Amino acid sequence: MDVLYFAWVRERIGLPKEKVTTDAATVAELVAELRAREERYDLAFSDPAALRVAVDQELTDFDASIRNAREVAFFPPMTGG
Amino acid sequence: MRIIVQDAPFDFGQEAETFANGRHDMGAIVTFTGVVRDFRGGGLNAMEIEHYPGMTQKALEKIAEEARCRWSLGDVLVIHRYGQMTPGEKIMMVATAAPHRKDAFEAAEYLMDYLKSRAPFWKKEHSTGGEAGWVAAKDEDEDALTRW
Repeated sequence: MDVLYFAWVRERIGLPKEKVTTDAATVAELVAELRAREERYDLAFSDPAALRVAVDQELTDFDASIRNAREVAFFPPMTGG
Repeated sequence: MRIIVQDAPFDFGQEAETFANGRHDMGAIVTFTGVVRDFRGGGLNAMEIEHYPGMTQKALEKIAEEARCRWSLGDVLVIHRYGQMTPGEKIMMVATAAPHRKDAFEAAEYLMDYLKSRAPFWKKEHSTGGEAGWVAAKDEDEDALTRW
Protein backbone atom coordinates (compact mmCIF):
# COMPACT_ATOMS: atom_id res chain seq x y z
CA MET A 1 0.00 0.00 0.00
CA ASP A 2 0.96 3.64 -0.28
CA VAL A 3 1.66 5.43 2.98
CA LEU A 4 1.48 9.22 2.79
CA TYR A 5 2.68 11.88 5.21
CA PHE A 6 1.65 15.53 5.37
CA ALA A 7 2.78 18.72 7.08
CA TRP A 8 5.21 18.19 10.01
CA VAL A 9 4.78 14.42 9.84
CA ARG A 10 6.17 14.57 6.28
CA GLU A 11 9.03 16.82 7.43
CA ARG A 12 9.98 14.61 10.38
CA ILE A 13 9.96 11.41 8.35
CA GLY A 14 11.61 13.12 5.42
CA LEU A 15 9.41 11.95 2.57
CA PRO A 16 5.86 12.54 1.33
CA LYS A 17 4.99 9.01 0.27
CA GLU A 18 6.33 5.47 0.25
CA LYS A 19 5.30 1.94 -0.63
CA VAL A 20 4.92 -0.28 2.42
CA THR A 21 4.42 -4.02 2.46
CA THR A 22 2.83 -5.03 5.72
CA ASP A 23 0.79 -7.71 7.46
CA ALA A 24 -0.59 -5.14 9.90
CA ALA A 25 -4.34 -5.51 10.38
CA THR A 26 -5.01 -2.06 11.80
CA VAL A 27 -3.65 1.46 11.61
CA ALA A 28 -2.23 1.05 15.14
CA GLU A 29 -0.31 -2.07 14.09
CA LEU A 30 1.08 -0.27 11.06
CA VAL A 31 2.19 2.61 13.30
CA ALA A 32 3.97 0.13 15.61
CA GLU A 33 5.78 -1.38 12.61
CA LEU A 34 6.83 2.01 11.30
CA ARG A 35 8.03 3.16 14.73
CA ALA A 36 10.25 0.10 15.01
CA ARG A 37 11.99 0.95 11.73
CA GLU A 38 14.03 4.03 12.53
CA GLU A 39 14.24 6.85 15.01
CA ARG A 40 12.72 9.44 12.65
CA TYR A 41 9.54 7.33 12.43
CA ASP A 42 9.54 6.73 16.15
CA LEU A 43 9.76 10.49 16.74
CA ALA A 44 7.06 11.34 14.20
CA PHE A 45 4.64 8.88 15.80
CA SER A 46 5.66 9.43 19.41
CA ASP A 47 2.38 11.18 20.29
CA PRO A 48 -0.48 9.44 18.46
CA ALA A 49 -2.98 11.84 20.03
CA ALA A 50 -1.34 14.60 17.96
CA LEU A 51 -1.99 12.70 14.73
CA ARG A 52 -4.91 12.04 12.45
CA VAL A 53 -5.23 9.21 9.94
CA ALA A 54 -7.10 8.64 6.70
CA VAL A 55 -7.55 5.20 5.13
CA ASP A 56 -8.31 5.33 1.41
CA GLN A 57 -8.85 9.07 1.75
CA GLU A 58 -11.51 8.82 4.48
CA LEU A 59 -10.82 10.12 7.99
CA THR A 60 -10.84 7.31 10.52
CA ASP A 61 -9.13 6.28 13.77
CA PHE A 62 -6.17 4.15 14.82
CA ASP A 63 -8.33 1.08 15.45
CA ALA A 64 -9.49 1.03 11.84
CA SER A 65 -8.74 -1.98 9.68
CA ILE A 66 -6.24 -1.56 6.84
CA ARG A 67 -6.91 -4.94 5.24
CA ASN A 68 -7.22 -4.31 1.49
CA ALA A 69 -6.43 -0.61 1.97
CA ARG A 70 -4.65 1.04 -0.95
CA GLU A 71 -3.63 4.21 0.83
CA VAL A 72 -3.02 5.24 4.43
CA ALA A 73 -2.19 8.85 5.26
CA PHE A 74 -0.87 10.36 8.50
CA PHE A 75 -1.04 14.05 9.34
CA PRO A 76 -1.52 16.55 12.18
CA PRO A 77 -4.99 17.95 12.99
CA MET A 78 -6.17 19.95 10.01
CA THR A 79 -6.06 23.74 9.83
CA GLY A 80 -8.20 24.73 6.86
CA GLY A 81 -10.41 27.75 6.37
CA MET B 1 -22.93 23.00 -6.11
CA ARG B 2 -19.37 24.04 -6.98
CA ILE B 3 -16.34 22.90 -5.00
CA ILE B 4 -13.04 24.26 -6.22
CA VAL B 5 -9.54 23.55 -4.90
CA GLN B 6 -6.88 25.61 -6.67
CA ASP B 7 -3.55 27.35 -6.17
CA ALA B 8 -4.46 30.42 -8.24
CA PRO B 9 -6.09 33.49 -6.66
CA PHE B 10 -9.83 33.91 -7.17
CA ASP B 11 -11.91 37.02 -7.77
CA PHE B 12 -14.18 37.22 -4.72
CA GLY B 13 -16.46 39.90 -6.20
CA GLN B 14 -16.85 38.08 -9.48
CA GLU B 15 -17.51 34.74 -7.77
CA ALA B 16 -20.07 36.25 -5.39
CA GLU B 17 -21.83 38.04 -8.26
CA THR B 18 -21.92 34.92 -10.44
CA PHE B 19 -23.20 32.86 -7.51
CA ALA B 20 -25.96 35.37 -6.67
CA ASN B 21 -27.10 36.04 -10.22
CA GLY B 22 -30.31 34.77 -11.76
CA ARG B 23 -31.85 33.23 -8.69
CA HIS B 24 -35.53 34.02 -8.40
CA ASP B 25 -36.46 31.67 -5.58
CA MET B 26 -33.58 32.38 -3.17
CA GLY B 27 -34.19 35.22 -0.74
CA ALA B 28 -30.77 35.04 0.93
CA ILE B 29 -27.17 34.80 -0.27
CA VAL B 30 -24.46 34.59 2.40
CA THR B 31 -20.77 34.78 1.55
CA PHE B 32 -17.71 34.41 3.74
CA THR B 33 -14.10 34.84 2.73
CA GLY B 34 -11.01 33.98 4.76
CA VAL B 35 -7.95 36.22 4.44
CA VAL B 36 -4.29 35.67 5.35
CA ARG B 37 -3.85 37.68 8.53
CA ASP B 38 -0.59 39.14 9.74
CA PHE B 39 -1.15 38.80 13.46
CA ARG B 40 2.56 39.30 14.02
CA GLY B 41 2.26 43.00 13.21
CA GLY B 42 4.29 42.97 10.03
CA GLY B 43 6.23 39.84 10.89
CA LEU B 44 4.42 37.44 8.60
CA ASN B 45 6.05 37.07 5.23
CA ALA B 46 3.91 34.32 3.75
CA MET B 47 1.38 31.62 4.50
CA GLU B 48 1.86 28.27 2.87
CA ILE B 49 -1.04 25.84 2.63
CA GLU B 50 -0.44 22.17 2.02
CA HIS B 51 -3.28 19.81 1.16
CA TYR B 52 -3.99 16.17 0.36
CA PRO B 53 -4.78 16.27 -3.36
CA GLY B 54 -6.68 12.99 -3.61
CA MET B 55 -8.81 13.63 -0.56
CA THR B 56 -9.46 17.38 -0.42
CA GLN B 57 -12.12 17.61 -3.11
CA LYS B 58 -14.02 14.61 -1.75
CA ALA B 59 -13.85 15.85 1.84
CA LEU B 60 -15.21 19.28 0.83
CA GLU B 61 -17.98 17.69 -1.25
CA LYS B 62 -18.99 15.53 1.70
CA ILE B 63 -19.16 18.57 4.01
CA ALA B 64 -21.19 20.54 1.45
CA GLU B 65 -23.57 17.60 0.89
CA GLU B 66 -24.12 17.33 4.62
CA ALA B 67 -24.97 21.05 4.75
CA ARG B 68 -27.51 20.56 1.95
CA CYS B 69 -29.13 17.74 3.92
CA ARG B 70 -29.41 19.81 7.09
CA TRP B 71 -30.66 23.12 5.71
CA SER B 72 -32.95 24.19 2.94
CA LEU B 73 -30.37 25.41 0.45
CA GLY B 74 -30.58 26.24 -3.22
CA ASP B 75 -26.85 26.14 -3.85
CA VAL B 76 -23.40 25.98 -2.23
CA LEU B 77 -20.02 27.29 -3.41
CA VAL B 78 -16.68 26.49 -1.79
CA ILE B 79 -13.35 27.75 -3.12
CA HIS B 80 -10.19 26.89 -1.16
CA ARG B 81 -6.66 27.71 -2.24
CA TYR B 82 -3.40 25.95 -1.50
CA GLY B 83 0.23 26.98 -2.03
CA GLN B 84 1.96 30.22 -1.04
CA MET B 85 0.02 33.38 -0.09
CA THR B 86 0.93 36.75 1.37
CA PRO B 87 -0.95 38.74 4.06
CA GLY B 88 -4.16 40.22 2.69
CA GLU B 89 -4.64 37.51 0.08
CA LYS B 90 -7.88 35.59 0.13
CA ILE B 91 -7.45 31.96 1.13
CA MET B 92 -10.95 30.66 0.64
CA MET B 93 -14.61 31.52 0.33
CA VAL B 94 -17.96 29.88 0.89
CA ALA B 95 -21.31 31.03 -0.40
CA THR B 96 -24.76 29.69 0.36
CA ALA B 97 -28.08 30.45 -1.29
CA ALA B 98 -31.32 29.73 0.54
CA PRO B 99 -34.95 30.85 0.48
CA HIS B 100 -34.43 32.29 3.98
CA ARG B 101 -31.41 33.94 5.62
CA LYS B 102 -31.36 31.71 8.72
CA ASP B 103 -30.59 28.67 6.59
CA ALA B 104 -28.03 30.57 4.53
CA PHE B 105 -26.18 31.91 7.62
CA GLU B 106 -26.23 28.67 9.58
CA ALA B 107 -25.13 26.57 6.63
CA ALA B 108 -22.24 28.98 5.92
CA GLU B 109 -21.12 28.72 9.57
CA TYR B 110 -21.40 24.95 9.48
CA LEU B 111 -19.30 24.82 6.30
CA MET B 112 -16.65 27.03 7.90
CA ASP B 113 -16.53 25.03 11.13
CA TYR B 114 -16.16 21.75 9.28
CA LEU B 115 -13.68 22.81 6.69
CA LYS B 116 -11.45 24.28 9.39
CA SER B 117 -10.97 20.91 11.10
CA ARG B 118 -12.20 18.20 8.71
CA ALA B 119 -10.79 19.23 5.33
CA PRO B 120 -7.17 18.14 4.77
CA PHE B 121 -5.37 21.50 4.70
CA TRP B 122 -2.39 22.48 6.82
CA LYS B 123 -1.11 26.03 7.26
CA LYS B 124 2.53 26.94 7.67
CA GLU B 125 3.63 30.46 8.51
CA HIS B 126 6.85 31.96 7.21
CA SER B 127 8.05 34.95 9.21
CA THR B 128 9.99 37.86 7.76
CA GLY B 129 12.87 36.71 9.96
CA GLY B 130 13.10 33.49 7.96
CA GLU B 131 11.49 31.20 10.52
CA ALA B 132 8.74 28.80 9.57
CA GLY B 133 6.23 26.95 11.71
CA TRP B 134 3.10 24.87 11.29
CA VAL B 135 -0.05 26.44 12.66
CA ALA B 136 -1.42 24.30 15.49
CA ALA B 137 -5.07 23.33 15.42
CA LYS B 138 -7.06 25.09 18.13
CA ASP B 139 -9.17 23.22 20.66
CA GLU B 140 -11.92 25.79 20.16
CA ASP B 141 -12.12 24.85 16.47
CA GLU B 142 -12.64 21.21 17.39
CA ASP B 143 -15.13 22.23 20.10
CA ALA B 144 -17.05 24.29 17.52
CA LEU B 145 -18.13 21.05 15.81
CA THR B 146 -20.03 19.84 18.86
CA ARG B 147 -22.72 22.52 18.46
CA TRP B 148 -23.87 20.91 15.21
